[in-house]
Amino acid sequence: MKGLELVKLIDLSRCTACRGCQIACKQWNNLPASKTNNFGSYQNPPDLQWNTWTLIRFQEIEGQNNKVKWLFRKDGCMHCTDAACIKVCPTQALYHTEFGSVAVDYDRCIGCKACITACPFDVPRYDSVTNKIYKCDLCYSRLKANQPPACVQSCPTGALQIGAKDEMIAKAYKRAQELGDGATVYGDKYVDGTHVIYVLPQKAAVYEKLPDRPEVPAPILVWKDVLKPLGLIATGGVIGAAIVHYVTHGPKAPIEDNSNDQGGAV
Amino acid sequence: MIKYIIDNNLIHEEYVKYYTNASFIVSPDFSFNDGLFSGFNQETGKYNKATWTTMKDEAGIPVRDYTLQDPQCVYQMLKKHYERYSLDVVSSVTGVSKEDLLTVYKAYGATGAPDKAGTECYALGWTHHTVGSQNIRCMSIIQLLLGNMGIAGGGINALRGEPNVQGSTDHAILYNILPGYLKMPTPSLQTLAEYNEKYTTKSSDPMSANWYQNYPKYSVSFLKAVFGETATPEDEFGYSWLPKMEDGKAYSIMHLFDVMLTGKVEGFVCWAANCAVSTPNSNKVRNALQKLKWMVNVNIFDNETASFWKGPGVNPANVDTECFLLPGCPTIEKQGSQANSGRLIQWAYQAANPPGDALSDGDIMMRIMDEIRALYAKEGGASPEPILNLKWDYRDAQGKFDAVKCARQIAGHYTKDVIIEDAVKGTKEVNLKGENVPGFPKLMADGSTSSGNWLCAGTFDQKGVNLMQRRGKDDPTGLGLYLNWAYAWPMNRRVIYNRASCDLNGKPYNPKRKLLEWVGDKWVGDVADGGWPPMANKEKGKYPFIMKADGVGSVFGPGMVEGPFSEHYEPMEGPLEKHPLSSRRTNPAVTIFKSEFDKFANADAKFPYVCTTYSATEHWCTGFTRWQPWLLEAMPEAYIEISEKLAGELGLKNGERVKVSSVRGSTTCVAMVTKRMTPFKVEGKTVHEVGMPFNYGWLWPEGTKDDATNLLTPSVGCPNTFCPEFKAFMVNITKA
Repeated sequence: MKGLELVKLIDLSRCTACRGCQIACKQWNNLPASKTNNFGSYQNPPDLQWNTWTLIRFQEIEGQNNKVKWLFRKDGCMHCTDAACIKVCPTQALYHTEFGSVAVDYDRCIGCKACITACPFDVPRYDSVTNKIYKCDLCYSRLKANQPPACVQSCPTGALQIGAKDEMIAKAYKRAQELGDGATVYGDKYVDGTHVIYVLPQKAAVYEKLPDRPEVPAPILVWKDVLKPLGLIATGGVIGAAIVHYVTHGPKAPIEDNSNDQGGAV
Repeated sequence: MIKYIIDNNLIHEEYVKYYTNASFIVSPDFSFNDGLFSGFNQETGKYNKATWTTMKDEAGIPVRDYTLQDPQCVYQMLKKHYERYSLDVVSSVTGVSKEDLLTVYKAYGATGAPDKAGTECYALGWTHHTVGSQNIRCMSIIQLLLGNMGIAGGGINALRGEPNVQGSTDHAILYNILPGYLKMPTPSLQTLAEYNEKYTTKSSDPMSANWYQNYPKYSVSFLKAVFGETATPEDEFGYSWLPKMEDGKAYSIMHLFDVMLTGKVEGFVCWAANCAVSTPNSNKVRNALQKLKWMVNVNIFDNETASFWKGPGVNPANVDTECFLLPGCPTIEKQGSQANSGRLIQWAYQAANPPGDALSDGDIMMRIMDEIRALYAKEGGASPEPILNLKWDYRDAQGKFDAVKCARQIAGHYTKDVIIEDAVKGTKEVNLKGENVPGFPKLMADGSTSSGNWLCAGTFDQKGVNLMQRRGKDDPTGLGLYLNWAYAWPMNRRVIYNRASCDLNGKPYNPKRKLLEWVGDKWVGDVADGGWPPMANKEKGKYPFIMKADGVGSVFGPGMVEGPFSEHYEPMEGPLEKHPLSSRRTNPAVTIFKSEFDKFANADAKFPYVCTTYSATEHWCTGFTRWQPWLLEAMPEAYIEISEKLAGELGLKNGERVKVSSVRGSTTCVAMVTKRMTPFKVEGKTVHEVGMPFNYGWLWPEGTKDDATNLLTPSVGCPNTFCPEFKAFMVNITKA
């Protein structure tokens, strides 16, 4: 994997929702469990959390002839090329690795939550105890050691794969064509291409919490391309963060606290 | 499906004629009438199987009609038996639409083409019924009709679970067998000669290999492995030291707790099990446990069985049972063999040391048995021989249990030098004392060989190399056989009865997927099921199903307890008052226990919903995974899956707490309202089905208000195996 721009391919037609990936992620990244309740779903924790970087979302839909389909979607960071979180981060805590993935330098994170507001996929989560944001870094520590991410390693069905960007994209299109019946590829056409690509057996719009046309929010473009070059953050991250917060505080409010004790309460 | 296959002539004709007993002639005394086969005794509830036979000629060879036209032949009897199962009847009884049934029938029936394969993979969904074995039996008939046994991609495949189900069955965790599926002795078989005589099958047909004619070689080698040097011909190799099972009695887990409830059981060793959660009718189980004087549990966490004395409704002051909990360790903390669904025995290595005082099963057993042996040596006792004569040297240099030593004893070795000279061929085979026996064809009945489990003979080669450790990835067949990866019993054969994949001349039915082929004077491909030539060779050829006395697959299967053909019976508790086809609603051969806890409520308005049970992916069996925070986070508490329609009728919202009750007990859980459950019509009546996982109990997680799903289930099961009916019973649901 060394020296390659990587893409993780998630083929949802092969996912059985065993959730091995969800657990393996916690194991590799030393993320504690939260106390949860069954809220009438197999999905748990109910959402991504500072300590849950990937999550299988469960969804029931009625297809043709009243046949029920149970959809599973592995949610987590999409590792955008045009990454809003990186653009908006005042301290460069978020950055692109040599693999094209988006990693976090926790020493630099000041907990400003700008990335939470900016992310078109609603991925980063804030922990009030450490005052930092957390998210998947595509197991940067493993990639550097030439090992696949923990989720890919744990997947028993081949629903998760990782490899060179072009090869994975080609594989995705081939698989979607094989599946037919409205199957699509998701990810390569948005935000200059994500480094996580889905093969979706259904149309993207069918999946909950998956934006149909994700893009970097307009105000961020203002910040990144107009204000940031003016050197307004010269005095350090604090003022920068304040400006970012001001610029990006649109209709979507950041989640104030997604810490341990709140997770999963229903 | 059987009727559809016959009506549409989808059978693999040559296979059915020559490789099954479809052409055999059934005894004229055999009959089937109104849900009962001939020979049923109404008082005992058991069958006398004397009429479930097929005819033999004066020479003792089965009479056959290869045209399959004789009205008394198995094929015609089969056709007649399943005539009642029309599409309308099956759809009405099962609630599956005719359209869906036909889709499955067509797809599966198409595998009757000689070059097509169909496989049946099943698990507890089929076995957890009072007709569990008959469910599998029914599919076996289908597989034989379609020629799907003994071929690449065929077979009846039980999906064995992580608890090493295949391995533990091979090594006789069940009460009715000895290792290698040898039969358990009974008091009516007083001598080894009587025992061997009874279980050594006979055949007068020269074309039948009748492999079980070798039975004494395996039983004697087993005794040599258990008792070592003390097993001598003079002592019948220690046969009389083996425990005996009373004739006609069963000792399943359900029988055990039924007897325990009467106070007749003093002590109970509960090893790696959580019976207070896993065994049906948990109230009965938990009451029975209170009758014990002592109980020893071996587990990796505390559980509802080990702590039954402080369970819901139990006052510890009133319980006299002395309880011990010994810390064991799971598979990753010990090495040993594991067998999977394909009988592939793979060596697994220790990944971590057990924490604290925890020990492997082997070490715990060694320590307990050492104490017992010391006591017997000191005090004597009623029957000290079985204990003191036991071969008991499975320790390494450090005094710890040695799994390799134990595995080697299971595999087998020569107990003395055995030299076999063949003057005609001019060959001389030298086998030295202590060398491993390279396969069960080399085992002997004279005490010159020892093997703890004849099926495992060959897991070590003669030089002592552990073949279960092999990891060869070459596969010249291209079929995924991987003959150099670990070891599959028997004899490293990957597909048993593989000679049935070829025609009478030994040519593969599917030339594109050659599992085996007779080339020149030998079989090429998988390890052949015996080296004899194919059947076209009238002099030396053999039938393919070599473990069957007649050498063929049993379309007519008299080995079953409740009939040689499968028949539909309703569950012990169901929504129907009557059987749709006969006056016998349930399996006639079922054993009904008589305790105060054994209650049934069939077609009872008080318990109107069909309930089924299963496991959540995130939890292991009775849920010792509940102690693992990540798994508990993912699947935190008990739930019941309910259709939107039924939830509407009950006024339930998704996520609300409910109480679920049967005539035997009740528990609480979360209602999961789902589109995946839908009502269906059975005999014109709307039936609501609900489903619950069985992974939860009162002990953990802390503060849980819920308890075991098996508080609801009945102690009744399949009369062949006593596998409980966890998959169908009746409940009521109310808001908690």
